[in-house]
Amino acid sequence: MIETIRFGAIVVLVVGGLFFTFVSTVGVLRLPDVYARAHTASQADTLGAGLTLAGVALALGWQSATIYTVLLLFFVFLTNPTAAHAIARSAAETGVEPLTDEEGENR
Amino acid sequence: MTAELLDDVLLTVAALFVVLAIAMFYRAVAGPTTQDRVLAVNVLGTNTVVILVLLAAALDEPWVLDIALIYALLNFLMAVAISKFTVERGGVL
Repeated sequence: MIETIRFGAIVVLVVGGLFFTFVSTVGVLRLPDVYARAHTASQADTLGAGLTLAGVALALGWQSATIYTVLLLFFVFLTNPTAAHAIARSAAETGVEPLTDEEGENR
Repeated sequence: MTAELLDDVLLTVAALFVVLAIAMFYRAVAGPTTQDRVLAVNVLGTNTVVILVLLAAALDEPWVLDIALIYALLNFLMAVAISKFTVERGGVL
């Protein structure tokens, strides 16, 4: 019984992570400029990787490898938005124009 | 029986992650600005880390997790370093 619940939780976490990584891939491929792409890369991709790593940590159970996976989860959670922020900031400082409409308003 | 089914699920998800990572190559090749390319390679690196962890769990090879940890570190360093070096006087972060 408890094994079935654990198996279901693992499948839900891993497939949820796959879904959010799919959303992030579609966003990076289809969104119009660097800033929108950095947004989807920092949010959807972090959530996808975090959910998948949580599912794998649950699948590994109580052993030393789980510690590595949880450490990796926290590491990805901290570094992925930081890297996307650095990339967007470097785009702003090297003069990449954000996409605006005719009046110069942000779309 | 459940353990084998779990391994199959993890391997299938890893294969789908590989498909998403290959799709990400389009933005790395065609991205109009340097920042687009760095962003695409960064997302690709995150996908690679997740694939390595899934393979480590499915194939029961815990040493692959060391490679995943180092890959995540180098991926972050790559993104921050290229962002810093493309800006005049290095003013990022």
